[in-house]
Amino acid sequence: MKPKKYKVSGEKRIVKWLYILTFVVMAFTGFGQMPIFKRYYISDIPGMGWSADFYFTHYIHYLGAIFLLALLAYVMVDYFLITKRNVRLTASAYVRIALLTGIVLTGVIRVLKNLPEVVFSPGFTQFADISHLGFMMLYLLFAAIFLGLKSGWVQAR
Amino acid sequence: MGNTISRRAFLKGGIAAAGALAASSLPLPQTVKGATGEELATLIDIRKCIGCEACVEACQEVNAPKFPEPTKPFPKMYPSRVKVSDWSEDRDVSDRLTPYNWLFIQEAVVTVKGEKKILTFPRRCMHCQNPPCADLCPWGAARKLKNGITRIDADLCLGGSKCNKVCPWHIPQRQTGVGLYLDILPSFAGNGVMYKCDRCYDRIEQGKLPACIEVCPENVQKIGPRHEIVKEAHAIATEINGYIYGETENGGTNTLYVSPVPFEELNRAIEKGPGKPHLRPVKDAMAHADNLAKAMVVAPIAGVAAAVGKFYNTSKKVTGPKEQDK
Ligand code: SF4
Ligand code: SF4
Ligand code: SF4
Repeated sequence: MKPKKYKVSGEKRIVKWLYILTFVVMAFTGFGQMPIFKRYYISDIPGMGWSADFYFTHYIHYLGAIFLLALLAYVMVDYFLITKRNVRLTASAYVRIALLTGIVLTGVIRVLKNLPEVVFSPGFTQFADISHLGFMMLYLLFAAIFLGLKSGWVQAR
Repeated sequence: MGNTISRRAFLKGGIAAAGALAASSLPLPQTVKGATGEELATLIDIRKCIGCEACVEACQEVNAPKFPEPTKPFPKMYPSRVKVSDWSEDRDVSDRLTPYNWLFIQEAVVTVKGEKKILTFPRRCMHCQNPPCADLCPWGAARKLKNGITRIDADLCLGGSKCNKVCPWHIPQRQTGVGLYLDILPSFAGNGVMYKCDRCYDRIEQGKLPACIEVCPENVQKIGPRHEIVKEAHAIATEINGYIYGETENGGTNTLYVSPVPFEELNRAIEKGPGKPHLRPVKDAMAHADNLAKAMVVAPIAGVAAAVGKFYNTSKKVTGPKEQDK
């Protein structure tokens, strides 16, 4: 029983750090979609020139999205099939899940919009573009608050 | 006054969008192009243009109400490297694209059938079929419309000039001191509004022709469903042994040029630089997004498969020893 428990928590730790890393990359390349890295000298830092290349950061953002979608699908199914037996989600987890859902859905809409065959109405495009950023800002805000409160995603049943 | 309108239009757009979303969480079927008809494209027959600039004047006249009226002095912008783009004192400039001149006539001295000739032709936004300016606009200000127009909403644009950078022809032009950024953090974010040809979207809505097309004495331009325009461009090209630009450039644009000389030659002969776009071959700028979007469909399936695989393995491990215990 003991070795099994250790193995599970090791995997969870890897998943957690993969998630944090992906999220940092997504946040950075996402903010890089706004023309601010050049204005505020980020791209002048040696080795950071790429951060002002919109096509490059967009490419990385898409790669990150692919990885994030796979990771989220894995964690979700894993939670319902296995993890749920031992833990339950905290209130702060529900807040994060709601915001994450917003980020992912509006992100998917943006990906669809970028396909040559798809044209959304101007109002819908505006809504998706701005709320993608809005959900992300809210997520970062709440993540910081929850970090301060030391509120994790799960607690033991 | 301008700012009030901006704010109101901005809020209205957001609320309307939220309402639309609530009304139908699956907007795809109604809003996908094709449900309402084909994209419109324009054909520019370079042979016919006499360089009279009637189109340039008509564009300026018809679109004058859309031109920026900046408030001065401009708010100070930080850091100091951020430059002001002010064309409001140079509204008469007509030999390049500016916020007050969305169309200009490019000139090329070339040899046609052994004869030296001056060719002139109108240049403006190409209205790409998959426009990076709109796809990559972080703010939803630049959008593609179902009828093939790419338009920048002056009430929403913050003037970061990203659209200019990602546009293969660097078409949109900035004016400082106007627009929504003045209402947010004018010193720290944004720098005005980007302007370019909107293919007279408002005239098209009313069933009228774009001004530059209507006024041209030589009928240089034509507008119609893209497949018809492509067909006609090919017919002319075959007839004159000519060349086409725009059919495949940047994955296809809704502006097709037909020329009696190769576009490499024209590109060599024209003056190029800021506000003076080239005529080089252009690869599809958004091809990476189209390819990676396919991978995005597979990604969650892979994630689910991995989790189910793990579940299968662990339940085997759990049931395994139990069976042995028996
Ligand atoms: S030519 Fe440039 S500005 Fe015009 S639609 Fe294409 S990318 Fe946008
Ligand atoms: S289509 Fe309209 S906005 Fe565009 S260049 Fe012609 S007149 Fe100007
Ligand atoms: S009005 Fe027609 S002929 Fe005159 S410059 Fe424009 S396109 Fe050429």
